[in-house]
Amino acid sequence: MTPSRRDLVAWLLGAPLALAACRGGGRVRVPDGELLTPGKAAGHRLRDAASAGGDVRVPDHRWRRTEVVVIGGGVAGLAAAWWLDRAGVRDLLVLELDRVPGGTAQAGASAVTPYPWGAHYVVAPMRHQTAMLALLDELGALDGVDDHGEPVVAEALRVRELEERVFYLGRWYEGQYLQAGATARDHAQLARFRAEIDRWVAWRDGRGRRAFALPAAAGSDDAAVTALDRISFAAWLGERGLTSSRLRWLADYACRDDYGLLAADTSAWAGVAYFASRLARPGAEHQPVVTWPDGNGALVAHLAGRLGDRVLLEHAVAEVRLAPYAPSPSTPPLRGVAQDQLESNGAGVEVIVHTASGPIGIRARRAIVAVPGFVAGRIVAPLRAGVRVPPTIDRGAWAVANLHLDSRLRARPGDAPLAWDNVLHDSPSLGYVVATHQRGRDHGPTVLTWYYPFTGDAAAARRELDGATREDWAEIALTDLARAHPDLRPRCRRIDVAYWGHGMPRPRVGAVFDPALALARTPLGPIHMAGSELSGVALFEEALDHGVRAADEVRAALVGPA
Amino acid sequence: MPTTPPAKRPPPATLLYVNVVVVATCGLVYELLAATMGSYLLGDSIMQFSLVIGLYLSAMGVGAWASRHLDGNLARRFIDVELAVALVGGLSAPILFLAFAEVQRFQVVLLGFVFAIGTLVGLELPLLMRILQGEVAFKDLISRVLSLDYAGALLASLLFPLVFVPELGLLRTSLVIGLGNAAVGLWGTWLLADQIGNVTWVRVRAVVVVGILGVGLLFSTRLTEWSEDRLYADEIVYAKTTPYQRIVVTRSPSGFQLFLNGNLQFASADEYRYHEALVHPAMMAAHDAGRGPRRVLILGGGDGLAAREVLAHPSVEAVTLVDLDPAMTRLGQRFAPLAELNRQALNDPRVTIVNDDAMVWLGSAPSGWDVVIVDFPDPNGFGLGKLYTRHFYQLLASRLAPDGAVAVQATSPLFARKSFWCIVQTMRSAGFTVAPYHVAVPSFGVWGFALARRKPFTPPTAAPAVVARRFLDGEAMAAMFRFPADMSEVEVEINQLDNQMLVRYYESEWRRWQ
Repeated sequence: MTPSRRDLVAWLLGAPLALAACRGGGRVRVPDGELLTPGKAAGHRLRDAASAGGDVRVPDHRWRRTEVVVIGGGVAGLAAAWWLDRAGVRDLLVLELDRVPGGTAQAGASAVTPYPWGAHYVVAPMRHQTAMLALLDELGALDGVDDHGEPVVAEALRVRELEERVFYLGRWYEGQYLQAGATARDHAQLARFRAEIDRWVAWRDGRGRRAFALPAAAGSDDAAVTALDRISFAAWLGERGLTSSRLRWLADYACRDDYGLLAADTSAWAGVAYFASRLARPGAEHQPVVTWPDGNGALVAHLAGRLGDRVLLEHAVAEVRLAPYAPSPSTPPLRGVAQDQLESNGAGVEVIVHTASGPIGIRARRAIVAVPGFVAGRIVAPLRAGVRVPPTIDRGAWAVANLHLDSRLRARPGDAPLAWDNVLHDSPSLGYVVATHQRGRDHGPTVLTWYYPFTGDAAAARRELDGATREDWAEIALTDLARAHPDLRPRCRRIDVAYWGHGMPRPRVGAVFDPALALARTPLGPIHMAGSELSGVALFEEALDHGVRAADEVRAALVGPA
Repeated sequence: MPTTPPAKRPPPATLLYVNVVVVATCGLVYELLAATMGSYLLGDSIMQFSLVIGLYLSAMGVGAWASRHLDGNLARRFIDVELAVALVGGLSAPILFLAFAEVQRFQVVLLGFVFAIGTLVGLELPLLMRILQGEVAFKDLISRVLSLDYAGALLASLLFPLVFVPELGLLRTSLVIGLGNAAVGLWGTWLLADQIGNVTWVRVRAVVVVGILGVGLLFSTRLTEWSEDRLYADEIVYAKTTPYQRIVVTRSPSGFQLFLNGNLQFASADEYRYHEALVHPAMMAAHDAGRGPRRVLILGGGDGLAAREVLAHPSVEAVTLVDLDPAMTRLGQRFAPLAELNRQALNDPRVTIVNDDAMVWLGSAPSGWDVVIVDFPDPNGFGLGKLYTRHFYQLLASRLAPDGAVAVQATSPLFARKSFWCIVQTMRSAGFTVAPYHVAVPSFGVWGFALARRKPFTPPTAAPAVVARRFLDGEAMAAMFRFPADMSEVEVEINQLDNQMLVRYYESEWRRWQ
């Protein structure tokens, strides 16, 4: 049975707000808008077709050839294609299921401003982040180096003050950590937490690598580091006697913000990485946050723009197989098959794609699979055949609402002014970011992007939330934000909602250094693996890194004896 | 005895005399309120008091004359009049304050209220006297009622300046006095119950009026935010809340003043010092290209005073003025005292007005400006602070002609020394050669500016060749560029979008002077 709106509000925001929101029978009118469920319908059609066991036949004249085929037009897939293109491999195709590229980094636009639908910032890269620097350089976003030789991102792209504020008991305060009312013990614990983080920032392994870096692959896999993956972030804090409720709130917020989890469920590796990977040196300010009005949609637009018509949208890949690849029914499953055997089997790949005009086939020398693991496991033939144990990757559900306002919300004297990131201390939502902030428009209409990560069990969330309507989500967003902004409803003209049922991978305890995850990164003959989840955490930097790594593997293979 | 009217018991006369005092006090307070608001909001207190008193007294005459046409149940009529006075009079100040920001012909609205209240108040005593008629001898009635009326007037004239205005402010005084009239009405439903007949309906009305005024009183704090009861020393001659700011113009014996969000922008008495210093050095610096500057950009400066100085240079062919607030530039074009002061600069055919955020506009603006005058309000918030960042100055440099010059208002090097040098150093970090300078503007104190070009230069030393100059001769020009020890350069951080150092400096420095 579909839960009522009041049930949903109560479940997602707590009972008192549900009563406030749904008085009068719960049929409060919400502004117009539309619901996006990116890739859901096409994805589920594919899933159902596959489980029905239908075999797709592609007529001979509907086959085409390309050097490299990239499956998935999210950040990892686009980055792989972009990196190949930069290296001179131009004969490539990117196949994307959705109507727009970018995956969870896609963006929308209104007459007022572009705005994000998902990921909305990157961390200013340090000098070891070659690919990220190359990308920002193409965007003209770099402005020399600082005194320490670290690259400087152009001022206009570093998030403008006020970066963040937090709403607590009726007032807005500057910053994210709630300074107001903090006791000496709170301050002491925060200082001790920072010292712990700084210790990890200074730490180097035997090969001179940082413990935590962006991307994660640039960090250490020393036992001292990987040990953190075996306990939760909350347990890690507990072991250090860090019990201050404000600090715990900060830890929870960081985990919810980047991972869609609570600290109690997050790998301590991921929890510490959130803080330590952003500091260039012990005691340094965190690396600047780099953002655009449309969030990471600006990066997606650049990557996709460079690739042009080689990005094929609404192309749903049903099958990726080695060609020739004909396991006889009598042979046992390929589990444990050595890599070189696969290599000798596959002279190339064949991809079967559903398009609006019927199925097509693509033959390529190499494929890069840049889709979530649960999709790859269904469409990549060797994975489907069980060639290796798949890692357990838990993907969380998210809702994002874009609230279009015709005028600015009233500010109360004494409150911290409107920031880029506006957090409600006592809400399970993440608050909202302001699309016009970075552009410098401080008056008139704007768009607020509200994020809600469902931190609980993902499968249960999908069961309950898949039936939620746009009106339900709009009401939840309004109810959540109205406690800080009583004048929100009359100013809100439109609310669009995106629901990400399989939002992003969540680094639960043990997920990051899962041996199966390391194995999932290795190629299956001519099929190479990308996707941010291969790091266990979903960040633009990780998606970019795996795309670039896969592209490098492909390039090495292509220039070698093929 | 169905046809016989109920026997009328005489109303307790002594209690009715209390009503006379209250009614008289209230009546005079409304008059004082209207006159005060007139002089406060429109200026010219002699004219306002004279107009209000005259109209009010004559309206009372109209009411007294009209009272003869009121017959029937006098007690009920009296209570209805009381409730009407309570509503119209009690809500007069809140409505007038709200109307002031929105209505064009405020004087008409004000006098309309004065006339309505006066007429209603004029009805009160004749009705009351007719109710008391027959209880006492006519000569006693006249003597008691009129003496109490005058005593009430004395009470009002003492309470108004000594208690009501200082303790309650104008808005709440109006509502409280309205409640006084409403209370008389409500009380009257008991006092005159026997004469009224069916009392219930009258009493309900009285309760509703008391309720309305009570709610008004509860919200009066918020209403007070609209008024500037304690903010301005002088009479307000214009006030408007726009989506961007609160614009207030006040008038004092020395001229008039413009405030944005409560901060003084200029005083007509000495603004020429500020605007001559702001504009002419840049116009002179850009002169060395062999011709006078032709294309000039003014960022901010919606009052048109910088534009006035720019247009005094005959070489100027086109001026673009970018100010966020259309209400501000409209004021500069149409508000007679200001349009006169800026010599109709904003109505000059050479001037193009753009209402947009200067940073957003500059991002897609044409380049090749010979002179850019940057005259923003002080950086007291992040929205303004962004207009003083390295990014903004880089954008500005890219839009400036190679030989062009920029002048930036840069706060006070004396009161906000770090802020001033932060602006100067931030401009240098954006690639400008900067010559800081300062001038004394009595309304502001010592004020600072930054003259900048994209190449090294020496600051001008000659007087600008403009006719209407009052202050800036050659010696004044040279003196402006010399900095005494207490304003000399200090080491500061560069103001950038992601640190907004300037806003932090500015806040901490001005806090010391407040």
